[in-house]
Amino acid sequence: MTNIIFYLAAGVAILSTFMVITRLNAVHALLYLIVSLLSVALIFFILGAPFAAALEVIIYAGAIMILFIFVIMMLNLGPPAIEKERLLLKPGMWLGPGLLAAILLIELVLILTGPGSATKAAEVPPRAVGLTLFGPYVLGVELASILLLAGLVGAFHLARKERND
Amino acid sequence: MELLWLIPAWPLLGFLILTCLAARLPRIMAGSVGVGSVGAAALTALLMAWDFLKHQPGRNAFTQHLWTWLDVAGLHLEIAFYLDALTLVMIIVITGVGFFIHLYSLGYMAHDQGYTRFFAYMNLFVAAMLVLVLADNLPLLYLGWEGVGLCSYLLIGFWYTDPANGYAARKAFVVTRVGDTAMAVGLFVLYNQLGTLQIQEVMQRAAAAWPAGSTMALLTALLLLGGAVGKSAQLPLQTWLPDAMAGPTPVSALIHAATMVTAGVYLIARTHGLFLLAPTALTITAVIGAATLLLAGFSALVQQDIKRVLAYSTISQLGYMFLALGVGAWSAAIFHLFTHAFFKALLFLGAGAVIHALGGEQDMSRMGGLKQKLPLTFWTFLAGAASLAALPLVTAGFYSKDLIIWQAFASPRGGLGFWFMAVAGALLTALYTFRMVLLTFTGPARTPVHHPPGLVMRLPLLVLAFLSLTAGFLETPHSLGHMRVFSGWLHTCLPEAGLAAGREAYEILFELLAGLAALCGIFGALRLYHPLAKSRYSLPESLRQYWIKGWGFDSLYDRLVVRPYIHLAQFNKNDFLDLFFVFLAWLAKTGHQTLAATQNGRLRSYAWGLGLGAAAIAAMVVLL
Amino acid sequence: MLTIPVSHGLLLAGILFLLGFVCVLVRRNIIFILLGLEIMFNAAGLAFVAAGARWGQPDGQIMFLFILTTAAAEVSIGLALVFQLVHRLHTLDIDQADGMKG
Repeated sequence: MTNIIFYLAAGVAILSTFMVITRLNAVHALLYLIVSLLSVALIFFILGAPFAAALEVIIYAGAIMILFIFVIMMLNLGPPAIEKERLLLKPGMWLGPGLLAAILLIELVLILTGPGSATKAAEVPPRAVGLTLFGPYVLGVELASILLLAGLVGAFHLARKERND
Repeated sequence: MELLWLIPAWPLLGFLILTCLAARLPRIMAGSVGVGSVGAAALTALLMAWDFLKHQPGRNAFTQHLWTWLDVAGLHLEIAFYLDALTLVMIIVITGVGFFIHLYSLGYMAHDQGYTRFFAYMNLFVAAMLVLVLADNLPLLYLGWEGVGLCSYLLIGFWYTDPANGYAARKAFVVTRVGDTAMAVGLFVLYNQLGTLQIQEVMQRAAAAWPAGSTMALLTALLLLGGAVGKSAQLPLQTWLPDAMAGPTPVSALIHAATMVTAGVYLIARTHGLFLLAPTALTITAVIGAATLLLAGFSALVQQDIKRVLAYSTISQLGYMFLALGVGAWSAAIFHLFTHAFFKALLFLGAGAVIHALGGEQDMSRMGGLKQKLPLTFWTFLAGAASLAALPLVTAGFYSKDLIIWQAFASPRGGLGFWFMAVAGALLTALYTFRMVLLTFTGPARTPVHHPPGLVMRLPLLVLAFLSLTAGFLETPHSLGHMRVFSGWLHTCLPEAGLAAGREAYEILFELLAGLAALCGIFGALRLYHPLAKSRYSLPESLRQYWIKGWGFDSLYDRLVVRPYIHLAQFNKNDFLDLFFVFLAWLAKTGHQTLAATQNGRLRSYAWGLGLGAAAIAAMVVLL
Repeated sequence: MLTIPVSHGLLLAGILFLLGFVCVLVRRNIIFILLGLEIMFNAAGLAFVAAGARWGQPDGQIMFLFILTTAAAEVSIGLALVFQLVHRLHTLDIDQADGMKG
């Protein structure tokens, strides 16, 4: 049963991600990305990582995507933007990257089908994650907080409109 | 005595002021700095001379140590000045004649664009020349030696807009460089063998280490002789001096007549201890001198350019000095150097006045009749010419040249052959000198006079004319008063020539003959070249051309050295070693261009690069 | 539950990552490029979680947390750059911003 749900979710994730990258309208793409992220959250859950699944929904699908939507709203893109996007996106452009991606995918498959891959996954409860996070990885947590602070300052600085430009 | 260092410091200071302030200095200031610095040096030199004669320092020499120049691995070099009678003569000539030539240049160069530059170079030259003669050790001497070479180059090519002048400057520099290189090698050998380069010590150690006539002494003496031959324009490196006349005339007077070209004579006299150990080298010196004085004399006889006549005559007179050095008549050589500096500077300045007056005309066939228009120039020029031609009794040139001619016979190293060549040279000298005088000043006027010389140009002419006539009385032969002031003084630092047994009896006879030769030359010139002369003898044209070109040495060297070298260089232009380096350069350049092209500023192409790299690494994982 | 081979999870992560990568390569709109980057971040996180599940260790999820943090910081900077691009060049086309060439 869980197997079927896993593959179903995986299919939804791939399909919606494909939709993300082909959309012309940014808001549509964002909605598809939220679908994709939700299905990945489901996969996390199935893989025995409920804490990660919760964070995926709350932070990725919630906070970060909201940020995107804010930006798109502030840029005030309308139908002309879609027309412009159509001009930018020519069908021939898919060929090269698609080929490269196909090569990389084949290589990935070849690597993953090596020996000893068919082991099962084990559940890791949030308690264990929390204990490890604030145990051996506490320095990493500090670094992450500093990174977020740098991101905050950087975003503030970059987004500011300079008056005498 | 402690002020000795000031003598070269004055002109050096002048040079620094003139170069640093160049454009900001008004003309009058530039001129006064240029002349004043040399004048101050001349006054200091006179003070030194007075002090030196009054106190007579121990061992007849005074050394001033200023500071240590180099001190590495046993080689200890100092910036130190050495003053003895020989040096004193040289500094008085350099600063004295130099001062009058600078003064003259005020007038001669008055309308030149490069007025400040001219005086800067001239001051630098005087400073370098003073360092050369004052140097206590050979590397310091070499520093001055190269310094004067550089200034000579700069001043020959002073009017650099004409490529011919630049060519003459390069030629002078390269040809003297041949000699300089020989001299540098000589210094290396000396240091290698004797472990010192301090001049007096070198001579002492050489005398202790090498027996007379040893190969090592001969080798070093010949290498130093090479340097002297290059600087003093003797055979076979004489070709640069006639071309050096491309510079302004005061330059020719100061550098290419009075001072720099005598540096070779000074060098040999300074290192006479070495040469005395190598009699063969002395003989070679005498032969070179004798041959040069004759060759240059014949060439001077046919030149049309007044400055080239003087140039060849300089080579010829330097030949006399070399002959004197070669026969061991050291003080006679220096005495001739002393008088020659006066009368040759005078002749050049006189020629300069003529050229200046005629608006740059140097061809004697277009001069003439200047006796009435430039009387002062004529009479002073005549004084110089008489001195050059060694007109008996009344001129300085007579006493100095006569001494050399006599020593060429009477010295133990001399002989009838040398005497004969010297006398023939004297006859030639008188002939070409008066040919020049007659062509320039007599006959019909062919070019109008533009600028008669002003006061600053006349004064040096007068002073030098006076000296050209009287400087000889410092040293007169036995038969004429027997003054020994000059040689008596010089013998505190140079050995006496001595006379071969049984020759002193002939002195009056030989002097009469020499005087007669000069008179014959003058008379011959009057017969041949005076406008009223009836007989017009002309040389065969081919011989004349041959002599005008200085016996074809230029084309000989062109064929022997220059052209093969150029061919070699052309042949070697694309050698394969070069190809390797060209390939390296090409590789670097092409690689750079390719890599630079990939940095096109487009984010997506960088992402492409990342993707391709990832694919390649993954492929390695899969395939290997 | 939990009978899925880990390699399938990793394969899914790879596919998602490549889709994001194709998005970065193909799209010229900077917003879509940032979306592609998000997809790639997410795929990397998925790979970590799958691998962590394979060993039953919490380290995979912790790495996912760090990736999440990085993604948050990246997207805030990236969106600020979008503002600057629009402000200065009046376009969203990333190919217009090619001033830094060698």
